[in-house]
Amino acid sequence: MNFFNSISIGFKEIWANKFRSALTMLGIVLGVSSLVAMSALVKGMENGMKEALVAIGGLEKVRVEEQEIPAAQRHLADQAIGLTVRDVYALQRSAPLIKLVTPEMRLGRFATVTRNGKSPDWANVTGTWPTAIEMNQHEIQYGRMFNEIDDEQARNVCVIGTGVRDQLFGTPEKGGKEDVVGEKIHINGQPFRIIGVFRRYESELDRKMREMEKDQPKETGGVQRRRGWGSGRGNNSWVYNMKNNTVYTPLNTMWLKLKSGGVGTNTVPDPRLAAMNIKVADIEVLEPALQQARNVMMHTHRGIEDFSFQTQENWSEGITQAIRNQRMSGGFISAISLLVGGIGIMNIMLASITERIREIGIRKAIGATFENVFIQILVESVVLAALGGILGLAASQGIVQLLTLLSPTENTPIITVPAMLLALGLSACVGVLAGLIPAFKAARLDPIQALRYE
Amino acid sequence: MALVELRNVSKIYHLGGEEIRALDDLSLDIESGEFISIIGPSGSGKSTLMHILGCLDSPTKGTIQLDGTMIHNASSRELARIRNQKIGFVFQFFNLLPRLNVMQNVELPMVYAGAGSRERHERVMAALKLVGLENRSKHRPMQLSGGQQQRVAIARALVNNPRIVFADEPTGNLDSNTGEAILDLFRSLSTQGRTIALVTHDPEIAAVTPRRIEIRDGKIAIKVDPKLAGLDRVSARAVPAVASPY
Ligand SMILES: Nc1ncnc2c1ncn2[C@@H]1O[C@H](COP(=O)(O)OP(=O)(O)OP(=O)(O)O)[C@@H](O)[C@H]1O
Ligand SMILES: [Mg+2]
Repeated sequence: MNFFNSISIGFKEIWANKFRSALTMLGIVLGVSSLVAMSALVKGMENGMKEALVAIGGLEKVRVEEQEIPAAQRHLADQAIGLTVRDVYALQRSAPLIKLVTPEMRLGRFATVTRNGKSPDWANVTGTWPTAIEMNQHEIQYGRMFNEIDDEQARNVCVIGTGVRDQLFGTPEKGGKEDVVGEKIHINGQPFRIIGVFRRYESELDRKMREMEKDQPKETGGVQRRRGWGSGRGNNSWVYNMKNNTVYTPLNTMWLKLKSGGVGTNTVPDPRLAAMNIKVADIEVLEPALQQARNVMMHTHRGIEDFSFQTQENWSEGITQAIRNQRMSGGFISAISLLVGGIGIMNIMLASITERIREIGIRKAIGATFENVFIQILVESVVLAALGGILGLAASQGIVQLLTLLSPTENTPIITVPAMLLALGLSACVGVLAGLIPAFKAARLDPIQALRYE
Repeated sequence: MALVELRNVSKIYHLGGEEIRALDDLSLDIESGEFISIIGPSGSGKSTLMHILGCLDSPTKGTIQLDGTMIHNASSRELARIRNQKIGFVFQFFNLLPRLNVMQNVELPMVYAGAGSRERHERVMAALKLVGLENRSKHRPMQLSGGQQQRVAIARALVNNPRIVFADEPTGNLDSNTGEAILDLFRSLSTQGRTIALVTHDPEIAAVTPRRIEIRDGKIAIKVDPKLAGLDRVSARAVPAVASPY
């Protein structure tokens, strides 16, 4: 008796009891489809996170910020100088594991960016070095980044993100100017020339949606509602949002022109940096590099630890945790469904062999061995489960499409082949496990007693 | 050596402390090519004997040799193989699988024997032709009359070309005309050289077989002279079984 024969017998048996078999398969269908759909969701989340992580500058980037002086050093508070550009130089000089350091000086909450009386909801006005472009993985679309000469001479130049541009000049989709290089804007009342515009940063999904909307423009000209890309779409959208609302000026411009607290005062402007960004050559050496940086800075800060390192790991760990939770709950639901499905199959197989005791007796009377009967029942059980698994795979496609339709703002779920194979393999395993006991019971039947069974 | 040799075979059931001797120290030889009928009243042990001969059941005591194999102590796997290869069994209630068609029913023993589909097809058609049902191969058992179903069962019993065919009241569930036809089929099979042992209630049926054995209370009661049937081709060698201790 060959294997294909057994399978075809299994199929016939299932076909002979279509309705019952379909009901039995339901558990497996649910288990497999939830498993595949959940893993697709998780995969989508992961992809979104990876994209956002790249946009934020990668894991190699670490932010150095000021922090409150530890309690034990509180008495030294008036000697604490905070982060200054001296720290940047010191790190460049003495921390070889650090590839890149950039200073960031901010105007704080009171920065105003205006053009013809218009100003954006918010803009992240930062004074920094030309290397910030590499540090934060910016890309220039129009014009250029300011250079060291611009910085040295503290020129009133700036490079802006598309978020700021759109709010000052109108979105290109609505006829706003796209290339605004050479235009004038005011930052805290001082005139600045735009010399560069960054590319628009957005997730893959947002880009697709934007292009779709561009293809079918809305005719409503009424109130302008910002259903903006990056405003609440997906859980990583703030990353792109922030990046698009960047306004970069040279560090010295920021320090000497904007921080001086108005024209005519003779006091030296506050030299303190809002933060520094450092980048290590390789994520593998993150730990020793941070140690190195800390040693250098403890020296420049005379032993006062008024700074701290913020790695992106905290942020990515949060998301990783969310992903892990999702995976766990998805796995749990699928496992329960598969278990229930398996019990259903075992139940139906037991019922089926009880109905077919006579048939089994006849088969044994004409020469079926223990193995023949055992395999026949087991194959039936596996075919039932695997068929459920295949239907489950089909159902999962539908579920994923439905999910995408219901909430297009989330990361697109991605069905992966390994997830499908795993689900199918699991359903086959469930079939084997569920079939063992019925198969054993059937194979062990005594032919005479089975034939006499009414 | 005879094709089948039973020696002092007993089958004892225990029911609530009571001992039932379905077969009681029975000895019997069947030669190759014989056509033998086993007759006896209800409950005398005919079916029990058939089942033991057909390797479906095992005796409580005694030895059985079938075509060179001692089957009383064979493993269940070995018994399955013997049932498949050496024995054809025909039941009173046909025992066809209702969901399979005629073709599939008849080929089932060959499927378990591991025969290829081409060979199966050829031999199934040959067997169906032998019983006159070659044009019904796609029918379901339920679409056939009782006599036709029994023919299918006989074709199934013959398809693996067994050494011996056992039939337990093969006409018991058929009207007398149909039963007659089935009996004719067995007779023609016998003239083709097949070894057949059939159980019947009906003395008229038993009368047509060259050799006849009567069983009472699990013992062979009467040795019938083969000349009565007018066929001396077959030797009747029923071992004296009346030698009971009382
Ligand atoms: N499984 C069993 N358990 C107990 N007793 C049994 C069993 N099978 C058969 N018997 C007994 O063995 C005896 C012989 O039964 P058997 O079926 O061989 O009779 P039979 O000659 O075929 O009768 P019939 O002509 O009615 O078919 C009977 O008394 C029966 O009750
Ligand atoms: Mg009987």
